[in-house]
Amino acid sequence: MSVLVDKNTRLIVQGITGKEGAFHAKGCAEYGTNVVGGVTPGKGGTTHEGWPVFNTMAEGVEKTGANVTAIFVPPPFAADAILEAEDAGLSLIVCITEGIPVNDMVKVWSVLRRSKSRLIGPNCPGVISPGKAKVGIMPGRIHKQGNVGIISRSGTLTYEAVYQLTQRGIGQSTAIGIGGDPIVGTTHVDALKLLNDDPETESIILIGEIGGTAEEAAAAYIKQHVKKPVVGFIAGQTAPPGRRMGHAGAIISGGQGTAADKMKALAAAGIRVVQSPAAIGETLAQAIGKA
Amino acid sequence: MKIHEYQAKDILAKRGVDVPRGEVANTLEEAVDVAKRLFSNGAKGVVVKAQIHAGGRGKGGGVKVAKTIAEAEEYAKQILGMQLVTHQTGPQGQKVQRLLIEETAAIDRELYLGIVLDRAAAELVFMASQAGGMEIEEVAAKDPKAIVKTYIEPCIGFQPYQARKLAFALGLKPTQINDAVRFMSGIYRAFVETDASLLEINPFITTKDDRLLALDCKINFDDNAIFRHKDLKELRDITEEDPLEVEASKYALNYIKLDGNIACMVNGAGLAMATMDIIQYAGGSPANFLDVGGGASQQQIEHAFEILLSDRNVQAVFINIFGGILRVDTLATGVVEAARKTNVKVPVVLRLEGTNVEQGREILKNSGLNFIIGETMQDAAQKAVKAAAATASR
Repeated sequence: MSVLVDKNTRLIVQGITGKEGAFHAKGCAEYGTNVVGGVTPGKGGTTHEGWPVFNTMAEGVEKTGANVTAIFVPPPFAADAILEAEDAGLSLIVCITEGIPVNDMVKVWSVLRRSKSRLIGPNCPGVISPGKAKVGIMPGRIHKQGNVGIISRSGTLTYEAVYQLTQRGIGQSTAIGIGGDPIVGTTHVDALKLLNDDPETESIILIGEIGGTAEEAAAAYIKQHVKKPVVGFIAGQTAPPGRRMGHAGAIISGGQGTAADKMKALAAAGIRVVQSPAAIGETLAQAIGKA
Repeated sequence: MKIHEYQAKDILAKRGVDVPRGEVANTLEEAVDVAKRLFSNGAKGVVVKAQIHAGGRGKGGGVKVAKTIAEAEEYAKQILGMQLVTHQTGPQGQKVQRLLIEETAAIDRELYLGIVLDRAAAELVFMASQAGGMEIEEVAAKDPKAIVKTYIEPCIGFQPYQARKLAFALGLKPTQINDAVRFMSGIYRAFVETDASLLEINPFITTKDDRLLALDCKINFDDNAIFRHKDLKELRDITEEDPLEVEASKYALNYIKLDGNIACMVNGAGLAMATMDIIQYAGGSPANFLDVGGGASQQQIEHAFEILLSDRNVQAVFINIFGGILRVDTLATGVVEAARKTNVKVPVVLRLEGTNVEQGREILKNSGLNFIIGETMQDAAQKAVKAAAATASR
């Protein structure tokens, strides 16, 4: 089955005529995703690389039957793009944009929390169900279709975990990059629920990092609900407090959000926690008896 | 982005939040002038406060109360230019280049007010506590019930009833409640209008003559929102920042200086943190965090290299790249060019993976430069630790 994106995905790209949007729309299509068009206000009626471009999401969705959007709109306009996608009724909104002001996201979330649309990101690499569909910026060829679900706040660290699995011949059901911002549409717990309910996902890799308490919440959820083997890694064990480590959300503040606390919570929930990022693949292989 | 106390108080004062009378002084003469003005306008005493981007200034000797102009001058002389060490500055301290000279207040009660983002709730939360003057983290750890919270609905904003709830919880007198509502509403406006990420008034005081004052104030801005606040951008004081970090910010490089001896260059924030971790796991110590991003140009890589190497503690460089969008051959070319230009004297260990990795490795091999290649992240980390140790023993 996999989750979120698959062969039924009809992808529309917001910001398709921009450099990033154009590049990755092509990348998604080359991977086999059904890209149906794009939106750039003011460029409606034209085509871009053969895809129809629309002025508004409402029109784009009506004409193409899109059910998923990927947002590559610059930070000052990205919150508006998310709200436009929500208004157009899309079930899945994947926001790749990094650098959205957090107060914009507070407002966006006050709408989305009452909405049927699911937001992934912002500041994320997107979602891929290997062999089926890719909605995002990850390098498709390092993936392999299979049964490991991956949840991560980081892009390249997700690729690292995927690569370690693929090299061992272990495939992935869906890899979800939930994003590195303080407010994200889909949290570790939300993503865990999806993968836990997915029959195709047999084990889970959970990658967290310093900042906030989302990993602690994930640990509590796993302890209560998840029977599938889970391997966890937390980045930032050596990060100093009070400094933003690249991601807007990766900051230890007010004594909260240390890697040590998160690792302790995960271990207490029975999760196999690895200290070294190089040991993620091997530990998962051991957990599923494929070492 | 951080700002000084005097700048934060300016932001508050413009929104009707009362702060003690005072002015900033960059020199001893200015400090004396301000003190004279305050005393001649009826001040019974003045506080001489070091302006640095770190808390704990009082304990470090950076805040002194003077009863006379001569005393104020004496303290200003002491504090201005001193290397102020607090629990937030690290052992080397921070040089004091500015003072805030303020009128003293007859303090009745010391309280706390603050606004932060509650990430889990995805809402701003306004906090108040009777335990003013203490670190709020300590209060939260020892006695969480001593902190009263109210969550703010973003579309309607902070409401008067919420301010009253906090004010009564603080035990303010009925005659002070209206003032408190005005005061707290001003603080909320300051937060949203500046796109702050944190705002703290600690202590928030009541005076013996029943006034409310923000005796101290800390505001941090959301770096992601600075683009829409040109006026706030000008409040940045780069003398408070690490020079290498200032240099890196010019080239849009995400660099944070640390205390170790192995420099790292990585693409992606998560992998960059994980690289620091694996260095420690291999028995070494990272000299920095550096994320060159997903689409780093050759020039950026060159600048990054220069910055890494101008840190004198660095005894080896560890480049860990997982090429997705950033192609490995592009990176390799950049590294070779940069290594040539900067005349690298320390060993460079590379671990490259991803798109065009074979071509990338060829470029390194054919460069004639002495690069060390790690097969895996673990292998490379171990080699970097070993190489740093070899440099150290030279």
